[in-house]
Amino acid sequence: MAMLLQPKKNGSINPLKSSAPLGAALAYLGVDGAVPLFHGAQGCTSFALTLAVRHFREDMPMQTTAIAEVETILGGADNLEEALVNLQSRMNPKFIGIASTALIETRGEDITGDLLSIMQRRHELARTAIVYASTPDYVGALEDGWAKAVTAIIDGLVVPGERRQKSLRQINILPGVHQTAADIDQVRDMAEAFGLNAVVLPDLSGSLDGHVNAEFTPITSGGTKLEEIADMGEGLATIAIGQHMTPAAEALEGLTGVPSTVLSNLTGLAASDELVALLSRISGVAVPESLKRRRSQLVDAMLDCHFYLGGKRIAIAADPDLVYQLSVFFKSLGAEIVTAVTTTNHSPLLEKVPAKEVVVGDLMDFEERAAAAQADLLVTHSHGRQAAERLGLPHLRVGFPIFDRLGVQHRSMIGYAGSRDFLYEVGNIFLSLIKEKTPEDFASAEVPPFKVQEKRDVGQTLAIG
Amino acid sequence: MGEVLRSKTAELFNEPGCAKNQAKSEKERKKGCSKPLVPGAAAGGCAFDGAKIALEPIVDVVHLTHGPSACEGNSWDNRHAATSGPSTYRLGLTTDLSELDIVMGNGEKRLYRAIKDAIARYDPPAVFVYQTCVPAMIGDDIEAVCRHAAEKTGTPCIPVLSAGFSGKKNFGNKLAGEALFKHVIGTIEPEYTTPTDVNILGEYNIVGEIWQIKPLLEKLGIRLLANITGDARYRDLAGAHRARVNMMMCSAALINLARQMEERWGIPYFEGSFYGIADTSAALRTLARMLIERGAPEDLLERTEALIAAEEARAWARIEPYREILKGKRVILYTGGVKSWSIVSALQEIGMKIVATSVRKSTEGDKERIKEIMDDPHMVGSVPAREMYAKLANDEADILLSGGKTQYVGLKARRPWLDINQERNYAYAGYDGTVALVAELAKSLSNPVWEEIRRPAPWEISADIVPLDCGPQSRSGVGEA
Repeated sequence: MAMLLQPKKNGSINPLKSSAPLGAALAYLGVDGAVPLFHGAQGCTSFALTLAVRHFREDMPMQTTAIAEVETILGGADNLEEALVNLQSRMNPKFIGIASTALIETRGEDITGDLLSIMQRRHELARTAIVYASTPDYVGALEDGWAKAVTAIIDGLVVPGERRQKSLRQINILPGVHQTAADIDQVRDMAEAFGLNAVVLPDLSGSLDGHVNAEFTPITSGGTKLEEIADMGEGLATIAIGQHMTPAAEALEGLTGVPSTVLSNLTGLAASDELVALLSRISGVAVPESLKRRRSQLVDAMLDCHFYLGGKRIAIAADPDLVYQLSVFFKSLGAEIVTAVTTTNHSPLLEKVPAKEVVVGDLMDFEERAAAAQADLLVTHSHGRQAAERLGLPHLRVGFPIFDRLGVQHRSMIGYAGSRDFLYEVGNIFLSLIKEKTPEDFASAEVPPFKVQEKRDVGQTLAIG
Repeated sequence: MGEVLRSKTAELFNEPGCAKNQAKSEKERKKGCSKPLVPGAAAGGCAFDGAKIALEPIVDVVHLTHGPSACEGNSWDNRHAATSGPSTYRLGLTTDLSELDIVMGNGEKRLYRAIKDAIARYDPPAVFVYQTCVPAMIGDDIEAVCRHAAEKTGTPCIPVLSAGFSGKKNFGNKLAGEALFKHVIGTIEPEYTTPTDVNILGEYNIVGEIWQIKPLLEKLGIRLLANITGDARYRDLAGAHRARVNMMMCSAALINLARQMEERWGIPYFEGSFYGIADTSAALRTLARMLIERGAPEDLLERTEALIAAEEARAWARIEPYREILKGKRVILYTGGVKSWSIVSALQEIGMKIVATSVRKSTEGDKERIKEIMDDPHMVGSVPAREMYAKLANDEADILLSGGKTQYVGLKARRPWLDINQERNYAYAGYDGTVALVAELAKSLSNPVWEEIRRPAPWEISADIVPLDCGPQSRSGVGEA
C-alpha cells in the first residue's frame, strides 16, 4: 500500500532514531542479574545510560570497555577481557550481554574470536553467562539492536533439541522493543487466563517496572531467569510480538522445534482478537468470560471515541513496528495517516502501513511533512516536542525515549484493556481541543452571494460565483 | 589528524594555569592528567560529551556532529541550557554516517554538503563542527573541510577536535576552550567597549541561572560582554577579547581559555562562584576590585558593598522561615568542582550538617576551601553506589544532593534527593538562587511522603492479620489475576 521513500540527504536534522547498541542494552536489561557491556569508548555507554535513565526513571547498570586512543590504534581485545574480569569481580552478575559499537566495528575487530580466546584463558568467567551481539551504530536502529541481542541470547543460552513438555503448559513470549512493562503484564495475564505459563524474553516487566528493592543491587533485579531461558525448548509454542522479532523467533524454533508465530500488531480489536484466538488454540481452552468482558469494553470505547478520531489527520514518526501498529489502529477508527516517518528500511511491514508513503528520515522530515499535510496530531517520542511547539499541535508521546512524561512503563497500548486505555488517551486529546464556536469560526465558510452573470442569456445554466 | 590531536593533547595537559599540574615533576607532567580508564568500572562521558556541554549553550549557531547516529542521536536536546532568543542550538544536526559512507570514505564530502545545507537552511552566524571517534579514526580532516566550507560560504565554520576516545568529559571542556580561542575569540571587534566589560567563563545558563546573576551586574553598571557560553551569541563571543576581567566559573573547566586570553590580550582572571550567599558576595567584590585596577570608576567598590549589604539582608530574611525545618538536618553532597564547597557554606549557615562532600572532580583549590569552611571536613572521592545507598538507608544522612545519575541511589533508599547538576529544573545561582535552593530543600525534607513510604506494610509488623478464610483453598495474599 505505502510507498517507501528514502530522501537523499547529507545528514540528519533532529534525529528520530536511537542507535542499535542502545536497543541491545535494553534487551539485555530484561534478563535477571544482568549487566550490559558496550564495547567502545566510554561516551557510547554514558549517552545511552543517561537517555535510558531519563526514560525509565530507574537506576540501571551499563558498562563500557572504555576504549581510549591507544586501544583505538592497537585493538580493544585486552580491554574486553579486563572489563569482563572486572565486572565479574565487582558486581558478580549472572549474565553479561556485550554490544559492539561503531568505533570498535570500524576497526574491524574479530570480537567473536577475541571472546572465544578470552573464555579459554579465563576459566573463572565460565561462572557467568556471556553473549555477544554485533550492533554497530551505523547500521539500523533501536529495533535492530534489540532483535540481535535477543537472538544472541537465544543462540547462546537456550538448551537445543526437541524438549516440548505438554504438562508444563508453558509458552514463550518474545516481546519487541516497543513493549512496556504494562504491555508485557497484559500479555502474561492473558496467557494465564488460558492456564498457560508465560516465559517472557526479555522481561522488562520484572527488571525495569519501577520497583523499590529492600536492598541495594548493582545488577538488574527481576527479568527473565537464566534457567527459564535454558528451558524455552519445553514450551508448547512461541509468540513473538513485532515484525522485528522474526529472526529471534526463527532462531528459537530452529534450535528447539517449538512452533512460533509472529504477531506484528497487538493494538486494537482485530489484533487483540488474533492473539486471544491463538492463545485459545494453543491451550485448547475456550475464551474465558473475563476476556470477553474486556473485549466488550474495548468495543464500547471505540464507539465512544470514534466521533473524535474520525477524519482526523495524524502524523506518526517511530520505529517500523510502532508506525505500523499505530497507523492500523488509528485508521480503524476513521483517522487518516497523513505522514509516516520511520527509522530504518529493514522492515517488510513498512509497505503495509495504511498511508500513501512512508519516509525513512528524521524529525525534521516529520515536522515539514506534518505541517504541509496540515496534521491535527503529532505522534512520536519526546524529541518531537520541538516540532509540536513550532507547529502548535498536540503531541502524543509513544516509543523511546519518553523523558518528559511520568509512568511510561505503566502505560499499555496492547490487548483489549491496553487498547481501551490508549484509545481514551487519544480521544481525550481531541476532546480537550474542542472550543465553543464563535462567529469568526465560520468566516471562511461564508456562502458566496448568489448572482446571475449578466452576459449570459436567461434560460441558460445559472453560474454561481 | 592523529598528529594534530596528539600535540594538542600534550599541550592541553601542560597547563601552566593549573596549580595541580605545576606541582608535578617534569616526568609526571609528561604523562598527562588523564588517569587511565578501568574497563568495566568506568563512568562518565567522553571528550565529545564535554566539548558539547561547553559549546552547545551558544544559542544562535548550528551545532553539527560529524559521526554515526549514536553520538548525536542518543544525546541531543537533553540539557536545560536556556535561551533568551534564538533556539537554533536546540536542533540536533549530524552527518549520520552510514556503513557505506565509512567504507567508501565519503565522510568529508558528506560533512561539507551538510555544512552547506545547514547554512542555506538556517543562515547561522557560524557552524560548530564536532569530530567523533569513527571519522577521527578513518582520517576525516574536519579542519580542512571547515576551512574550505568557510571560504566557499563566508560563514565561519569552527572545527572542534572532540573524538570521544581522546579523553574524558573534563578534557572535552578544554578542547572546547581551545576551539573558541583558536577560531572564535578575537575575530570580531565589539561595537563599543566600556571600562566595566567582563566575561564569565564556564557558565552554561542551566535553567536560566545567568538571569539570576546578570541583574546584579547591571545594578552595578558592570557589562557582561560575553557569557561563555550560556545564552551566548556568536558575535559576543567573537568580541570577548575586549573584556577587562575574566571570571572563571565551574572550577577549572575552561582554565586553558582564561590563561590564554590573559597571555594574548592581557585580561586578568579569577576563579569565583555564584552559588551560595557568601560566595556570590565575594565574587562581586573581586570583580569590582579587579575592574577598578583596570580603570573602572573608584566608586564601584562602594556601590558593590551597598548592593551586597542590601541583597544579603534580603536573602537572609527570606531564608529565615526555613531555618526551623532545616536545622540539624544531615546532607551528603555528591557533586564535583565548585559546588563541592560553594554550597557548603550556605547550608552550614542555616544550621545544616554536611556529612560528606565529594571532591572527585575538584581541584586542589576546591579542597583547600572546603578545609577552610568546614570544621570537620569529610571529603570523599568517588563513592560506589552501594556505599552511598548504605549510608542513606542506615539513616546516616537525611538528604542527598547530587546529579541525575546518582538520583535513584537516594530515592531507592527512600531518602529525599535534590538535583543540583545540569538536568535540574530550578535555578540556584546568586542570592535569589540560594533562597530557591533552601526553599527546595525544605520542601523536599518536609514532604510527608517520606514517612508514608518508609512505614512498613501492616503485615510486616503485626502477626494479627489472619486471612478471613483459612481453609486449604485460601487465596489470601494472592491478587486477582
